[in-house]
Amino acid sequence: MAGTGKAHLRDSPAPILRVENLVIEYSSGRSDPVQAVSNISLELHDGETLAIIGESGCGKSTLGKGILKLVDVTSGSVVFNGVDINTLDKEALRQVRPNFQMIFQDSISSLDPHLTVGRIVRQPLDIWNRGEESERDAKVDELLVSVGLEPKRVKNRKPHEFSGGQCQRISIARALTLEPKVLICDEPVSSLDVSIQAQILNILQEMKVRYGLSLIFISHDLAVVRAISTRILVMYLGKVCEIADPDTLCDSPRHHYTHALVSSVPVPDPTVHRHSAILQGEPPSPTNPPSGCRFRTRCAAATELCATEEPQLRETTPGNYVACHHPRD
Amino acid sequence: MSDLLKITDLAVDFDTTYGKLHAVRGVSIDIAEGESVGIVGESGSGKTVFSRATMGLLRGSSVHRTGQILFEGTEISSLDSKQIREYWGTKIAMIFQDPMTALNPVRRIGAQMSESLIKRLGMSKSEAKDRAIELLTLVKLPEPELALEKYAHQLSGGMRQRVMIAMAIACNPKMLFADEPTTALDVTVQAQVLELLADLRKELGMAMVIITHDLGVVAGYTDRIAVMYGGEIVELASTTDLFTDTKMPYTEALIKSIPRVDRKRGSELSSIEGMPPDPTSNRASCGFADRCPYAVQKCRDEHPQLVDAGNGHSYRCFFPIGGK
Repeated sequence: MAGTGKAHLRDSPAPILRVENLVIEYSSGRSDPVQAVSNISLELHDGETLAIIGESGCGKSTLGKGILKLVDVTSGSVVFNGVDINTLDKEALRQVRPNFQMIFQDSISSLDPHLTVGRIVRQPLDIWNRGEESERDAKVDELLVSVGLEPKRVKNRKPHEFSGGQCQRISIARALTLEPKVLICDEPVSSLDVSIQAQILNILQEMKVRYGLSLIFISHDLAVVRAISTRILVMYLGKVCEIADPDTLCDSPRHHYTHALVSSVPVPDPTVHRHSAILQGEPPSPTNPPSGCRFRTRCAAATELCATEEPQLRETTPGNYVACHHPRD
Repeated sequence: MSDLLKITDLAVDFDTTYGKLHAVRGVSIDIAEGESVGIVGESGSGKTVFSRATMGLLRGSSVHRTGQILFEGTEISSLDSKQIREYWGTKIAMIFQDPMTALNPVRRIGAQMSESLIKRLGMSKSEAKDRAIELLTLVKLPEPELALEKYAHQLSGGMRQRVMIAMAIACNPKMLFADEPTTALDVTVQAQVLELLADLRKELGMAMVIITHDLGVVAGYTDRIAVMYGGEIVELASTTDLFTDTKMPYTEALIKSIPRVDRKRGSELSSIEGMPPDPTSNRASCGFADRCPYAVQKCRDEHPQLVDAGNGHSYRCFFPIGGK
């Protein structure tokens, strides 16, 4: 879209999480504030994996953090189970927080280096004072086993003794300790080797089913996202371009930016010759975004209209939405 | 085409507190003029140490290197520090994964670029500036004159990598080593940089070695691919053969574990369970035996040798896929 709109929001069945008109600004000292997330609306349904995809600087991580209220939200609402969490006071927010957890790209630095793995995974239970001592220990063991680690061997070791893939398993176990409803994964596999990446993705899928999670999966890798998500939302410079199911989005993208993204993904097969629509240049600065459609400066199909009017999200085929004045066929 | 680089039985060991770490174990490969070769492997497979050894960058008392590295017939370890400076840039050049740390953060791009042009090629200041602009134009950096006045932090990752490429090709090297050149870049910028490298290779007639963990990156841009695992080459083949006539179970597993954007989603991604082998061990078995679905007792007892299947295709397995 680099456009706006809420045409894609449905009310039934009631979503587990509903984000409406979310705006997140960062002040940048001298100049005007930068809108990292500019009027984004989305819904997460029960049991869904919603992928948020885009290039560096498109605001995807800020959006994830905004949903968890880890950064200050400028305007808009984040409604979880009928309650707008932006309106909650500190204590009420704290009570809601266990329902949301996050795992990060750099798993090693997101684990406290001074604590043993057992302590790291157990700490949320201690803080919330849940269960008896022995129940807590049993819960830690259960979680470690479910992410493919052997409790006896790992519990008394510290994060630096583990590889990146193992640390990501520990992060997942820790995130699930309080049995959250929503797990936000911010590039969880992008610093891992491909063979390990598949292991972690499979664990996430398993955990999702076992613990009844809904996932928001933030990534720049369309191939990964296609393999695991139920819907994909494409972001560009703080706006939504397209929302669709993975097969539709990857096989017949309607937005020109999505098309460019899909064509740029390398395919590990020399016999496949893909029509490569290589995007020229780089995204413009978010401090001074283009008028109208934010993608128009790099779009081959841009017209006068794109400069003057911001495209709104509209439905193309049932459940699939695009924000473009001149969508591809 | 004649062989530009001839590597025979290269091994690199490092002294560590845990004993000798065998980073590269007997790698042999020849690379011809103008050829494009991909070296693929996971973290710790030895691909980066291999490339640094070839560049002559591994020096010091804790490094033990054996085997031969002949570039145009000259063993590079015989070069003294003055000669190796001649070798770098004109014979062989390298670009790195992280262009931010490879560039000097406190000097302007123009100053960094002209330094080598003045010192190496004896250009005057103004000649060097013109040449720098020419090089930046060649790598399709927008507004090259303005870029000369900037610092590295003022450029995006993709632009920095273009500057690195411009500096690498400044002295017309015969071979360019690109160590994970696009790993830190966005996928759209990655496509731009890979296209640029392919164009430059044709234009300048360079040989190119792309070192990466991503088989997808090299599939479209190389003539041959060497797959490394645990410090060894486990399969070497033309790019087409590697994908269509895979012999080595590790290569097969690697290809299968990559999610593909052009395929409908299946039930589960196939992952390679377990971990790569310990780099400090003296291996008596196949390095992949513990993770290989086809492994039998022989694989655990004996270390397989590289088998030549003809047509430039070799593999390191007792029981190759599709038979011998």
